[in-house]
Order: sequence, then structure tokens, then C-alpha cells
Amino acid sequence: MFEIDGLKKRFGTEAARPLFEGVSLQLRRGECVAIMGESGVGKSTLLNCMAGLEPADGGSIRLDGTELVGLDDDAFARLRRRSYGFVFQAFHILPHLSVLQNVALPMWLLDEHGIEADRRARAMLERVGLADRAAGWPRELSGGELQRVAIARALVHRPALVLADEPTGNLDPDRAAGVLDLLLEGIRRDGAMGILVTHSRTAASRADRVLRLSAGGLHPEAART
Amino acid sequence: MSAVLRRIFLASLARRRLATALSLFAIALGVALGLAVQIIHSAALDEFGRGMHLLAGEADLQVIGPREGFDDAEYGRLAIRDEVADASPVLELDVRLPGRDRSLRIFGIDALRVAHVNPALMPLVAEAQRDERDLTVLRPDVLFASPAAQAELGVAPGGRLDVQAGAQVASLRIAGSVPGAGQGRALAVMDIAAAQALFGRLGRITRIDLRLKSGIDIEAARRALAAGLPAGVEVLTPQATEDQSAGLSRAYRVNLTMLAAIALVTGGFLVFSTQFLSVARRRQELAFLRALGLDRRALMRGLLVEGAVVGLAGGLLGIAVGHGVAALAFDVVGGDLGAGYFRGVAPALRFDPQASGAYLLLGVAAGLAGAWLPARDAQRMLPARALKSGDEAHMFRFRARPRIAAGCLGLAFVLCLLPPVGSIPVFGYLAVALILVGAVLVLPMLVRAAAHRWAGSRTVLWQLARARLAAAPGQAVVAGAGVVASVALAVAMAIMVASFRDSVDRWLTAVLPADLYVSAASQGTSGFFAPETLQRIAALPGVSRTMPVRFDTLRLDDRHLPVTLIARPLDGGSRLPLVGATAQVPTDEKPAWVSEAVVDLFAVRPGERLVLPLAGKPVAFRVAGVWRDYARQQGAVAIELDDYRAATGDLVANDVAVFLAEGASFNELAAAVRRLLGESTARIATPGEIRALSLAIFDRTFLVTYVMEAVAVLIGLFGVSTSFAALAIARRKEFGVLRHLGLTRREIGRLITLEGLLTAVAGTALGLVAGTAVALVLIEVVNRQSFHWSMDLHLPGVALLAFALIVIALAAFAARVSGYQAMRDSAVLAVREDW
Repeated sequence: MFEIDGLKKRFGTEAARPLFEGVSLQLRRGECVAIMGESGVGKSTLLNCMAGLEPADGGSIRLDGTELVGLDDDAFARLRRRSYGFVFQAFHILPHLSVLQNVALPMWLLDEHGIEADRRARAMLERVGLADRAAGWPRELSGGELQRVAIARALVHRPALVLADEPTGNLDPDRAAGVLDLLLEGIRRDGAMGILVTHSRTAASRADRVLRLSAGGLHPEAART
Repeated sequence: MSAVLRRIFLASLARRRLATALSLFAIALGVALGLAVQIIHSAALDEFGRGMHLLAGEADLQVIGPREGFDDAEYGRLAIRDEVADASPVLELDVRLPGRDRSLRIFGIDALRVAHVNPALMPLVAEAQRDERDLTVLRPDVLFASPAAQAELGVAPGGRLDVQAGAQVASLRIAGSVPGAGQGRALAVMDIAAAQALFGRLGRITRIDLRLKSGIDIEAARRALAAGLPAGVEVLTPQATEDQSAGLSRAYRVNLTMLAAIALVTGGFLVFSTQFLSVARRRQELAFLRALGLDRRALMRGLLVEGAVVGLAGGLLGIAVGHGVAALAFDVVGGDLGAGYFRGVAPALRFDPQASGAYLLLGVAAGLAGAWLPARDAQRMLPARALKSGDEAHMFRFRARPRIAAGCLGLAFVLCLLPPVGSIPVFGYLAVALILVGAVLVLPMLVRAAAHRWAGSRTVLWQLARARLAAAPGQAVVAGAGVVASVALAVAMAIMVASFRDSVDRWLTAVLPADLYVSAASQGTSGFFAPETLQRIAALPGVSRTMPVRFDTLRLDDRHLPVTLIARPLDGGSRLPLVGATAQVPTDEKPAWVSEAVVDLFAVRPGERLVLPLAGKPVAFRVAGVWRDYARQQGAVAIELDDYRAATGDLVANDVAVFLAEGASFNELAAAVRRLLGESTARIATPGEIRALSLAIFDRTFLVTYVMEAVAVLIGLFGVSTSFAALAIARRKEFGVLRHLGLTRREIGRLITLEGLLTAVAGTALGLVAGTAVALVLIEVVNRQSFHWSMDLHLPGVALLAFALIVIALAAFAARVSGYQAMRDSAVLAVREDW
């Protein structure tokens, strides 16, 4: 269970108007939620607060009952390596690691090396259809393939929560659909929870719920007429 | 272009202030050191040349013989030759001043002749010292001291000065000055007949200055006059004399200039690494400018201007610092930087626009050269691809160039086999440069190979560092090449100096076999022991054996400086530090042992005939062997004292080596020698004291080298520091992703440290190997060709290991501090541009 309650974030002094406040969300295992909103409303900032990469100015974030607001930097880093997966718009696959090594990286971070890490990474690559590219290098892959590697990397260590920021933003609609299917299917199959920030209504519609972020909080997206 | 140039390219320099400042500083150091060496030596040489000009006066030719002089009948013979308008005989002596730790150059002159040929040496009688018949200059007990000599020695007309003549002390009255000697030249003048009598040189002169009649061809006259002269006496133009003397220090000057050049090259390299990383970081920005319509050439020009501006600013700073360093050096170590080539020369600092301009251009060239490769890379990039994130990674994938690396190292080996060009080991220096280039080219291959093999621990940081170095060895080149170059240079110098010092130490042991050394000529040439004095020393209680030594100089031809003649009992050469093969000398021939410099300069080998001009006559010797001599760069010949005495009839000696009898007391014997000779005329020393003094002089000579070495290592560490700072900025996205994936800040710091450590280990290991190779070139080629002496390789293992560990630790620390500082940005900002 991932729970956010009354989360508040402001930039600048305490007198400054909050970027958002009163953000609340409950997410169950196997559930995916899409967050939409106008540019500049703070969608990415909200993701960063959830990941402990930016401090929140109020409210609470709990993962499986553990309070995360107030955790120090190192503790949050250790939590991220165990319980979080990330998918970025620009893929951010490390160019000096092979495809297999990129996928195995989260396992390395958990001190799992060798055959088991390789086996899991290969299995993930098989799931995303890139088993034959395991020994290759990121520079040899297309954008769609790179994002599939990123999805494999996000899921390989079976995180509780996967945060994806515009995962299809750099892809054409055909590839976007395929990549999104892989991501959501992976999250549901592993019993993880997914939060998807996107501008794409098509992408958002694949989630179990669509929420809209505004300065006043997260609200269910009204059905589009 | 100008607005783009200013706002895009030059503004970029201002944004990365630290890296720009360090590159600029490195170039400034190179320029400053090179220029300072240049200014100091050219000022010293100018002053030295002026001194020689002054002393040559209006002479067209100089007849020069050995140090101990030649028959003054030659003067009478030459003065009446048709070609000669005026002739002036000179007896030049370096006179020891008892009780003072120095000598004074005294010229015995003929006051009636000197005014016509050499007015600068004309004595001026002080009014109060003038005698009734106005013949003061001819008096045997008076001396005329130049204003500088009066000031330095604290004497004035009317006062007295003690000088050493043989083993006696004579007191001379200062009767006036030598106003023509000018400022800063300490010398004295006395009547030539008086000098001959006083210093035991009756009938001998060391030089005749000749002024030729107008219209006479100087070269033809030189050849004609030389024809009838005794052996070992040559006719030279004053310019040739000056060139020969200046040539002695040329190799030393070139050596120092080369060290400065390496500092400049390291500066250029620093520009390369900071420009390279800056271009990697700005790749998308530059691609965007290209997309907006900036053409390739304008882009390249802009990036080159960045390098040139750093070089120009560094050059200007270097010129200012260089003049400051030169001024300081004049005050502290003198015009020869402590090497002893221009003793007694007091040069003044002057701004040299030509040298300054040349070094400024070198600074700009270093900046341009450093910016060249990154600019070319940016010029060739495909804007569409470069606009995408991550394209900069391709800049770090250096192609391995094993063939070029092997070619450089092979060519370096071949160059080592070539002879010097005009006594300068040009090919040796080129070989050093090629070894450094070859080592830098080997670095990415070494790093890649090592990264593949390194098992290390299995932690994620090891795996990441290993993967990074294996996949992007270019990073190791950018960050590690400075380490390779500076470690190689420092290691090479350390090995060379250690080998040299060790060899000098062993050489001193070999040439100082006796228990006690009594020297009448430890400073100057005016002291000597007469035969009866030698006999009295030998007869002292506690003496088992004495070994008198006689020194002179011999001119073997008119192209080289005179070599030193050492005549002493040699026991068939067994008392010399011989090197290489020896030759059997038939019993009816006289053996001579030549120093390595004589072999190089005069092309004589063991077994060959060598004619030495002794007492004006050619005397045939057979070269029995070659010995190592670190004291006389222009060459030395050692012969048996008995052979010398038989050929010359000269029975005096300059030094005596004394061997103690069994059970005799050193202190009692030293006291007895002192009682016999007096306190002030002879220096009594043990081999230990002479050795300590010699090694102290050695260390002082190499002080400048140590300073330059330290600067080179410092610049190398700057390189590591700036490279890792810039790398951390260029890789901030990667670090941002790793932070997202759960690496803590501390772990990222450790990752940067680990990469710095691995790079430094590879760079230092390669630097040690390349440094040893460079040391071999310095020892076998550069030193041999520059100074004509060999030395045994001595590896200061513990010191090198300690040095290597310190460099590795400092490099890792520099990487950690600069990398950590540079990636203080939040992980969010690092990846934000793509979110």
C-alpha cells in the first residue's frame, strides 16, 4: 500500500504560495494510476517528493505503513534501491554498461551479483523482447528499445513502486503503445504499484485511474466529453 | 561572429572559472619558467661576453697557451711580424687570497703596451700613491684593483692585500684603480715582470693580445702567425674564445629550457583536458548553435579562440612571473642558476621584448594546440545526433592506436642511436617526447585491458568503475595522461639525479684514495708547492707516502676549450675510475688516460696515439684507458707525474695527497703540515670533507631541477583535479540516474574516488615505466651527448614507490574533492532537462 496524505510543496520562503498542497493518494498493490496536469503544475516535483529526491513541506508519505517524510537522504537512497523503479522520458540508460549490465544494475545495488543477477536480468530482457540484445551496447538500440531496457531495469528487482515520468514522451504512437503495455503488464504481474505522469490522454487511459494535479491537490479526472 | 564569440565562446571560459584558471596557471608556469631560464642565461651570457670583449679590448687576435703559460720570447717574435701593429703580453692568474674564501683574477700587463691594445686594463695611479719618478705602475709590490674588486674586498688605494704566491703569502699595496674594467667586474692589474717574479712564472706569459695593421685579412694572419708557435699555443679571434667559453654552458642551458618546455606542454595538455570536457558538456548547446546556422568553421574558430585566449592570458601572466623569477634567481642563486658556469659575473635584469614575445606566442600556441582536438571533434559532430542526450559519451570512446604507439616507441629507440647536433642532443630530446606520447597512447589500451581483468571486489562501485573505464578509456586518457606525463618526468629526473649522485659519490671515493689532501691551489692557480716543500711534507713523521699532483691546461686544437692536464702517480691507471676497455701500452711509450669528454670531443680511443703539448713541445703518448671525470666537462688527460716531469722539467705541484703510516695519528699529521706550511696558504682536507663539499655543490646545482620537477607533478595533479571536476559535471546525468536508482551521495563520491584511484594507478604505473625509459635516454643519450659523462643506473626504489603511492593518493583525493564539489547539484536537476 502506498499512501500520500495532505502533501504540500512550496518553493522559496514559507510565505510563498505553495506549488501544491493537500495532495492525497492511496494505491493498492497491482494498481496503476496516471497523473495528468498542466505544464508547471508540479507533476514531476510530486514524483520527486514521492521518491525522496525533493523534500516535502508538509503531509505524509507511507509505503506499506512506513512513514517516509523525514527520512534522511541516505535512508531514502537505500529505500529507493530496494523498493522503487524509475522510467524516464529520456531513458537514461548508462552508455558504458552493456544492455544486460544496465538491467542488472539495480540487482548490483542490492548486492546481488553473478549468476542470479544475470538470470533475473536476462529473464527481464526476455519479457521486454530484447533477450538477443543482452550483450549489445545502448548505442546500438533504437529509442523504443532503449525504453524497453529502461522498463526491464525498473522491474528487475521487483520494486514495490514504479515511478514513470512521460515514459512514452520520446516515442511515436505505435511504439508508445507497446512500451506502455509492457510497463503496465509488468507492474500488475509483479503486484507492484505504478504512478505514471503523462500529458498523453491515450497513455493515461491505460491506467486503472486517472488523476489531475492542481495547486489544491489530486482529483479524479473528469470524464472527457 | 563577434557577438557569438563573446557571448557563447568566451563567456564559457568565465562560467568554468576554476578549470580556466588552472589551465591558465599551468601555461603561465611553463612560460614563466622557460622565460626566466632564458632571461637569466642570456643576461649572464651577455655579461660574460661583455667581460670577454672588454678584456680582449681592441685585439684582433689572441695568442693563448696553457694555464701555466708559455715562453715570453714568443711575444718578441710576434711583435715584430709585419702583420702586427701592436702586441701586448698578458700573464693572467687566478690568485688565491689567503684568509678569504675566494680568489682574484690578476692580470700582469706591460703598461707601455696595454694602452694600445687593451685600454680597459690600463691602471690608474691614485694621486696619493704616485711616486716622485712616476713609475708606480712598474713597482713590484703594487696592485691596481678595479672598483668592483675594491668594493668586494674592502680595500682602497693605500691599503694592502695579501695574495698567495706558491706556498707563501705576499702583501701587495693597492696603488690605484682599473677604471676601464667597468661596473661589476672584480679584477686587478700589476706589472707583468713583477707578476712573473712574484708568482713563480719567470719568462712565462699566458696570452698575447695582437692588433693587426689595417687592411690585413684576420683569418690569413691567424693562420700565418699560428705556423711557428710552440705546441699547445693557439691563435684565436676574441669571438672564437668567447664562443668556446659560452658553449661550455650551452648544454646545461638547453637542458633547463627543455624542462621548462615540458611544463609548457603539460599546460597545453591541461587546456586540452578542460576544453575536451567543456565541449563534451556543451555538446548539445553547440549542436543547437549549428542547427541555428552557425557554420562548422565558425564553430571551430570559436573553440580555438577559447584556447588561444587562455594561452594569451597565461602567456602574459607568465611573462610577468618569469621576470619576477629571474630577478629573484639573480639575487639568490646567481646568473648560472647555481651551476657554476659564470662565476664572478653579476648580470642585471632587463626586459627582453624578443624573448618575451616568443614565449607569449608559445603560450598562445600551447592554448591553441590544447583546444585543437576538441574543436575538431565538435566541428565534425552531426548536429542531429548531438542534440540527443548521451551523444557526448561517444567522445570518450577513443580508438586504440597500437600502431602509432608502437611507432612512437620504435622511433624513439632509433633516435637514441643518432649523434648530437652541434653538441646538443636534439634526437635525445625528441626521443623523450616520443616516449611520453607513446605512453599516453598506450594508456587507454592499458586501462581497457586492466579493467577487463580487474576482478577487484564485486561491489556495485567496483563494477560501475570497471565498466566505465573499460567502455570509455578516453576518460582515462583525459584524466590520466597528465599523471603519466608528470610522473614520467619526475621519475626520470629522480632516477637520473639519483644515478648521477650515486655515480659521483663512488667516483669521489675512487679519486680520493689518500688519507689527507693538502692543496695549495684549492682556489685559483697561484698556489703551488716547490720541490723542497714537497720533500719536507714527505719527510714528516707519520707519512708513509705522498702523491704530488700537478695541474695545467692544454690546448689540443684551436676549436675546443683547453683540456685539463693532471699529472700524478697513477700506478698504471689503477688509481683512476676507469670505464670500458683498456689498451696495453708498450714499455717504451708513455701512457695517458683520457676522460670520457676527450673521447667524445677529440675522437681518441684506447690504443691510439695522443700528442700532448708539454712545455711548448709535442710529446707522444699512447691512450691506455678512459676514465670517468665529473669535474671537467671540457675534458681531462691524466699522465704519470714522472712522465710530466721528464718532459717539462717542472718539479712543482699544486696538491699533495698524503697516505698515513701504520698507526700514525691523522690529527698530529695535519697539525704538522699546518706548522710546516702556515695556516693560510694551504687547505688541508680529509676525503670525507671534500666529498661532503662536492655533494653539497652537486645538490645546489640540481636545486633548480628539483623545483621544476615539483612544478611538473603539481601541474599533473591540477590536471587530475580539473579533469575529474569537469568529468563530474559532464557526467551529472549519469550520477543523477544513479541517485534515482538508490546510490547515496557518499557512494557517488566513493565511485568518483575509485575511478580517480584506478586512473591514477594506471597512469602512475605507466608513468613509472615511461619515466624509467626516459631516465635511460637522459643517462645514456642526453647527458652523455651534453656533458660527455656516463653514469651507472641507480633506481631509488623505495623513494619511487613512496612517490608513486603519494601521487596515487593525491590524485584520488583530487578526484574526490573536485568531483564531489562539482556534483553537488541535486539529482533532480541533473536529469530534469529530459523530464
